[in-house]
Amino acid sequence: MSVLAWALPALPLLAGALLLLSGRRADRAAPAVGTGVATVLLGLAVAAAVTRPAVRFRLFPGWDAGLAVDGLSAVLVVTVAAVALAVLVHAAGEFAPDEARARFFGLMLVFTGAMLVTVTAADLAVLLMGWEVMGAMSYALIGFWWADPERVRSADVAFLTTRAGDLGLYIAAGCAAAGAHSLGLADLAGTAGPWRGLIAAGVVVAALGKSAQLPFSFWLSRAMSGPSPVSALLHSATMVAAGAYLLLRLQPLLAATGWAGSLVAWAGALTALLLGVVALAQRDLKQLLAASTCAQLGFMVLGAGVGAVAGGTAHLVAHAAVKSLLFLCAGAWLATLGTQDLGGLRGAGRRDRAVGVPFAAGALALAGIPPLSLWVTKDTVLAAAGEESLALYAVGLAAAVLSAAYSAKALIAVWRRGGGARGRAGRLAVVPLPVLAVAACTLGILGLPAVAGPWRQVLGVPDEPGPGAAGLAVSGVLAVATVLAAVALARRGTFTVPDRVPDGLPDRRAGRTAGWALGWLRLEPMAGAVLVGPTLALARALARFDDRVVDGGVRAAAQAGRALSALTTRRAEIRLDGAVTAVGRAARGLAALARRPQTGQVHAYYAQAAVLLAALVVVAVLAGGR
Amino acid sequence: MLTLVIFLPLAAALALLAVPRPGHRAVLAVWIAATAADLALVAAMWARHGTSGTGRIAFETNARWIPSVGAGYHVGVDGLSLPLLALTALLFAACAVYSLRQTYRIRAFAVLFLFLETVCLGLFAALDLLLFFVFFDLSIVGMYAVILLWGHGDRARSALKFFLYTFLGSLILLLGFIGLYLGADPHTFDMAELIRRPPLEGSPGLAGLTLLAIGTGLAIKTPVVPFHTWLPPAHTDAPAAGSAILAGVMLKMGTYGLVRIAMPMLPDAWRRYAWVPLAVGLLSVLYGALVALAQENLKRLVAYTSVNHMGYIVLALGAAGYASGDAAARRLAVTGAVTQMVSHGLVTGSLFLLCGVLYDRGRSYDLGRYGGLARGAPVFAALTAVAAFASLGLPGLSGFIAEFQIFTGAIGGGSTPAAVAAAVSVLGILITAALFLRVLHRAVLGEPGELTGRVTDVRRPELAAVVPLLALSLAIGVAPRPLLDTIEPVSAAVVALVAR
Repeated sequence: MSVLAWALPALPLLAGALLLLSGRRADRAAPAVGTGVATVLLGLAVAAAVTRPAVRFRLFPGWDAGLAVDGLSAVLVVTVAAVALAVLVHAAGEFAPDEARARFFGLMLVFTGAMLVTVTAADLAVLLMGWEVMGAMSYALIGFWWADPERVRSADVAFLTTRAGDLGLYIAAGCAAAGAHSLGLADLAGTAGPWRGLIAAGVVVAALGKSAQLPFSFWLSRAMSGPSPVSALLHSATMVAAGAYLLLRLQPLLAATGWAGSLVAWAGALTALLLGVVALAQRDLKQLLAASTCAQLGFMVLGAGVGAVAGGTAHLVAHAAVKSLLFLCAGAWLATLGTQDLGGLRGAGRRDRAVGVPFAAGALALAGIPPLSLWVTKDTVLAAAGEESLALYAVGLAAAVLSAAYSAKALIAVWRRGGGARGRAGRLAVVPLPVLAVAACTLGILGLPAVAGPWRQVLGVPDEPGPGAAGLAVSGVLAVATVLAAVALARRGTFTVPDRVPDGLPDRRAGRTAGWALGWLRLEPMAGAVLVGPTLALARALARFDDRVVDGGVRAAAQAGRALSALTTRRAEIRLDGAVTAVGRAARGLAALARRPQTGQVHAYYAQAAVLLAALVVVAVLAGGR
Repeated sequence: MLTLVIFLPLAAALALLAVPRPGHRAVLAVWIAATAADLALVAAMWARHGTSGTGRIAFETNARWIPSVGAGYHVGVDGLSLPLLALTALLFAACAVYSLRQTYRIRAFAVLFLFLETVCLGLFAALDLLLFFVFFDLSIVGMYAVILLWGHGDRARSALKFFLYTFLGSLILLLGFIGLYLGADPHTFDMAELIRRPPLEGSPGLAGLTLLAIGTGLAIKTPVVPFHTWLPPAHTDAPAAGSAILAGVMLKMGTYGLVRIAMPMLPDAWRRYAWVPLAVGLLSVLYGALVALAQENLKRLVAYTSVNHMGYIVLALGAAGYASGDAAARRLAVTGAVTQMVSHGLVTGSLFLLCGVLYDRGRSYDLGRYGGLARGAPVFAALTAVAAFASLGLPGLSGFIAEFQIFTGAIGGGSTPAAVAAAVSVLGILITAALFLRVLHRAVLGEPGELTGRVTDVRRPELAAVVPLLALSLAIGVAPRPLLDTIEPVSAAVVALVAR
């Protein structure tokens, strides 16, 4: 059975790598290969969800590692494979033939494979491998149109921000080795002493970074620079979902520390609230959806914090369907109408119903309208939050109202009468939309009592409570009321996006708060001013220091050596040299002396030998006498 | 067999010298054939040694050389030297292939590189301090000639600085070796003897001084901050193949010496002063990365990342000196350090060869004058991207395997200083990520720059030299066990020796 555990991530990784290696030669075949692999992958994922394969191996000698599909992983692998298939089918219909399609589909497949490694990893090392490769692939996909420096910059920001969070996982792995003598995810909650807190802190930082929660949210705005199918995959079932998954997976660890649970809950709730405001302020459809991704991820993170694993996971799955649907619709309009501005999209849904109707279904689900999916799943999380703290519940409910408001804003913009631009999305590109729309509408059954029981069994949390009737009623009524109010306001013309902003200036009606929200809370400039700027300044200062002081010291030492040699040349060398010359002269004199006995006469030699012998005898006698 | 491996390149060099006026092609053919044969021999040696070694010395030869001072021609391999021998043989073969288009004084170039190969192989196989020292010094002489004769820019000055600085280091190292010799009873230069009965056990002061001398000598070679300033000019002005050898093979001599000589022969002193390599390693990691971030010259930038990468090794070895903690974690740290030596050789070697491609076309290393290279040179761009991500420690490539083990081992050892230092050093991988993305952003992606038009894509010899290095990095990143299993017995032995 272990073959399946290997095959599941290996198939997209290898297929993607092959596409990347073949380069532009494979451009023609790439869409077919990509969708074909994704289809097989969905089959593998379902098979894995049923058979629950597991494989254990040792990545490092002496340290256990593994890939395993348990309940939570089973849910995730099916979600990932299904969304990947939908997105790739859409991309096959959407992506222009002259684009580098082999690179695109190759990167998307590796990206998907990395996410599958992440959600099936049984230990921190393997998890981190999938986690970081996914980040690198997101870099390559966000910067897909690399000739544009601004898009490359977006990719840089996205990768560096998420990697800054990833450092937490490196430290967590070290602390796990110290505290638990194991890297296994299952062993983390039982770690002793201060190590457990450190592990939790590292995990939380990494997960908040990946899930674009506060204060890391800004990278997700940047991630919009990539092609739309990238957004559809990155914002739904992969990348951002990985952070929420990790927190849901390690919920026992968060609970065990005592503080990490509430920290995470508040981070999620505040992100849901503040990024909801950000979403409401946007006038660009993709930016609105991106901010709403942060906000919806906030509910999942809140769920992990308050121990609503079943609710959080259900929200993850339903949101994956909703958000991939909405991004694919936005991408279809961007391709046909050339705009993602809400003003420019006026009436787009009305004219191309094949896109407009699924979009409406997705937007209503995102708004939390009963009986659509996110209404139920969000309320399951909110119910658990209410048991934890009333303040948490209030913040969550306010965030829910905001999600109704921003969804209504997008919905009204594309369904409002007027606007003129026409265009029809390609046939293949709209194929996945109805399927995703049905999922977006119906996945709420995961919260129905008849389904919720088995669902919790699958996830291994049978005792978690479901949503209360009162809570469901409150949030349902609030969502409907908000959408109706928005529609009423729109009729009077106060809740609409103007078709065009005069002179391309920022919206004049936007006050200071709206400007703050429009700019994603100014998080990126703040990170630039507080972290990036000083680091670069320090780097430049150190480079100067290195040249002038460190190397300067070496140069000074060398110069001192030269100076010393010059000194010795002038002072000592002349005398020394004189001495050497004197020795030479003496040697010449001696040589002349030595030549003198060599007369060639035998009797002279004989006399010399006798003298020498006598001298030797004297020496021998003296030495022997001692 | 080992002696054949060591001296085969030298024999080829002598053969080249003996033939009067050999043709250009003949020289290249002999050069490539000799390095390839040597690589095959090393591979065969590894295959016979197996990947689950026992930590014992194999392929041992111990011949009389200078018996009066207890020095012999003693060579052998174990799990520590085998990966480095293989790395050396591979990099020299890659450089031979890379230099197919070299025309200037090709015979002398080939002879010098073959000579250097013998020297480097000999050093990693030496089991006698004096033999080690001889090879250590000859490597400096050889590289000096390479930079001086085939370099560019301010090569005479850079070469002289390299020579004097590292030669000074070798003299300090010799002082340390003499300290070990005199401290041993009976006096000997034999490494196996010195490891079996560590010298200077009774006199901690002298052991500390000896460690200081050996440590300083090796630190200059490695190099670590603040002894690193010979490295950037030497790299910048060296020819590409010379840089690849200097960074890929010769820097390892320093860290190899730490594992082979300093740690097992002076265990008490290593434990007592473990905070020094820890602090110096941390400083090198952060300082090297930050200074690299500010560089405009691509080759200088890569040179400074070497300081950063070698810093991780020194840090891990320092952490292994905190003997109180978990031995399994310390083994992980030492294995990671050795893996980093191999990984850095592969990755930085290929980065320097790619720098050479850029210089060959544009005659400049200035990042600001390139841009958008991916358009005209897509294969070059892809190779640079892979090498950059390998160097910043992306999983799936060898750097991650090395650095993850170092971090986890150093923190996991459980001693507070090592854990804190390693946790802070993790910042290094963020800074290296930033600086390599900056390289990609400015030179490879974006809009074309002033020199972009001149950069044609990699040619076949260049491709054939770089691809195997990166492919091996990928192989280690995906399936590290053959390498790690080879190293593991040695790191277990070293950890045990340090703890005694």
